[in-house]
Amino acid sequence: MTIADQVTGQTIVGTAGAKPAGSKPRAAAPAITLPAIGERELRLDLFRGLALWLIFIDHLPASLLTWFTIRNYGFSDATEIFIFISGYTAAFVYGRAMLESGVLIATARILRRVWQIYVAHVFLFTIFLAEISYVATRFENPLYTEEMGILDFLKQPDITIVQALLLRFRPVNMDVLPLYIVLMLALPLILWSMKWRPDFTLGLSVALYVVTWEYDLYLSAYPNGFWAFNPFAWQLLFVFGAWCALGGARRMSRILASPVTMWISIAYLAAAFCVTLTWYVPQLSHFMPKRIEQWMYPIDKTDLDVLRFTHFLALAALTVRFLPRDWPGLKSRWLRPLILCGQHSLEIFCLGVFLAFAGHFILAEVSGGAAMHALISLSGVLIMWGVAWVISWYKRVADKSGAKTKNAVGNADLAGGG
Amino acid sequence: MKAKVLLSLILLCGSLAAPVARAGDAAPAAPAACELPSYLLTSESRLLKVADALKAGKPLDILVIGSRSTTIPSSESSSYPARMEAILKEKLPASEVVHVSVEIQSKRTAEEAASTFVKLIEAKTPTLVVWQTGTVDAIRSIDPDEFRSAVTEGVVALQKAGADVVLMNLQYSPRTETMISAQPFLDNMRVVAQEHDIPLFDRFAIMRQWNDQGQFDLFSPSRGPELAKQVHDCLGRALAQFVIDAAHLEPAQQQN
Repeated sequence: MTIADQVTGQTIVGTAGAKPAGSKPRAAAPAITLPAIGERELRLDLFRGLALWLIFIDHLPASLLTWFTIRNYGFSDATEIFIFISGYTAAFVYGRAMLESGVLIATARILRRVWQIYVAHVFLFTIFLAEISYVATRFENPLYTEEMGILDFLKQPDITIVQALLLRFRPVNMDVLPLYIVLMLALPLILWSMKWRPDFTLGLSVALYVVTWEYDLYLSAYPNGFWAFNPFAWQLLFVFGAWCALGGARRMSRILASPVTMWISIAYLAAAFCVTLTWYVPQLSHFMPKRIEQWMYPIDKTDLDVLRFTHFLALAALTVRFLPRDWPGLKSRWLRPLILCGQHSLEIFCLGVFLAFAGHFILAEVSGGAAMHALISLSGVLIMWGVAWVISWYKRVADKSGAKTKNAVGNADLAGGG
Repeated sequence: MKAKVLLSLILLCGSLAAPVARAGDAAPAAPAACELPSYLLTSESRLLKVADALKAGKPLDILVIGSRSTTIPSSESSSYPARMEAILKEKLPASEVVHVSVEIQSKRTAEEAASTFVKLIEAKTPTLVVWQTGTVDAIRSIDPDEFRSAVTEGVVALQKAGADVVLMNLQYSPRTETMISAQPFLDNMRVVAQEHDIPLFDRFAIMRQWNDQGQFDLFSPSRGPELAKQVHDCLGRALAQFVIDAAHLEPAQQQN
């Protein structure tokens, strides 16, 4: 079994690509392939669940638990994992829909998913408004008169709320969903283009990434500034995920299996670890050559720095190599909470953002001790697990009677999709 | 090691001076609360002009350019520039004239502030400029790249005018952490400091250290000025120590 088989499952040749060259000459060359139905790729769920937990912990103020999140050990963080897997699963689900039911149906389904994400975002924004309005009325520490200037937008709720609905006003920690919405909006185009030329599409994506860096493309935000995750840059991860899902991973199998790749990845991760170490142990920063520092910093998250992207690639390469698809541990009940969370990513992501708000609130209002902090982080994770369990119970039991005929393929959640 | 000695020195003179100071200008803080690990108070970059001025016995003119977080509303004399002045006067030989002036650029971004520097320096000719910036830019979420070039521009203008520069970054403000994204601005200030080999006074890390160690509860919603006064007192002490360290003064040049 090759590595790629481990990634994508038993691959079947996509229906469009499998047709004789005569009927569809263009699609003949790089046929895209899809994994078999039925077999769920648990590793995707596992790592997406992990990303969701890490994003939640990273959104809380720093504490002991923060040291368990991957951003402290290298350049990339949970956001990269989340966006990549989202691209992968979205292409997996809707790519199949596009091959089987056509572009129109697939687009319609994608748009429905976009709507769901949008509503989730607006819901979170409402909670955020409530939180900061509370802070604005209660908090008057003279030490922070300047920082309270951030609340000035509350003086113009009419404009602020409209701008929030337009996705232009986005509070801190609420940047991922708007990015996700824009990427999903582009998905029909990405899939349609991947259907006939996957590599060309990936090339276009890289080109857009380069152009973004070269000409500094960005989306502006309200009241000023820019999107904290630049969609023109971050699309690279999303499209790369889609490309992997549609057979790219299989074609990369020889590269992934090669020991050279493995050693390069290990070396890169080790180097990145040493660099991050100097951030947290400032005494070590003397050992960093000034030249390298000047060339490397700042490592830009907004535009998905190449260092971050490659760091993610190295992590992914090692993960695929050392964690086989049929690893029995994936079925163990110890990993069950993570996998459950990963399977309901949109709901759990929103819940995580909400819980981070709530956690901040409790830390500020009740007490800020380390024990409280640990308690909040732990109960947050438990709540995420509990809610994921309830959602899957709904899907399995409560909704079953009405939706027996529902096509599993079209259900985005089932494949962890969208 | 040296820094540790200096730190204990400053703490020692702080505790000796405290009763006197309390009688004089009512400095409220117990200096033990100001304790910091030495790496937060040291810099590899040097303040050569400050060192020269002190060696030559010239007056030390310090200009603090800041925004609203440089001051405490309605108690100017307790803000960190005033405290730094007091501590420097204590630490340096009695013959040394230390003067700290403050220029508040309220609600101005780094770019807007930097555009005033040439005139400002002409008028004041300071030996050292402490430029505290970033907060307004973070609140308005200015593009970090633009922020970086604005800070660079400002630093270059100050250096050209013949002043040593210390950059000071944002306050650690846990209450607004969910609303203001400080990280890109902290990162970019660090980069500019590295590129131009100037000391960065890491106010953010320092205040976070105090909060995490429990010396100050920065979550506190208190409306009174007490907490602000104590924090500024400690910031002033730390900044004075930082400047002395970056100027590489020999112990002989210090009073105690």
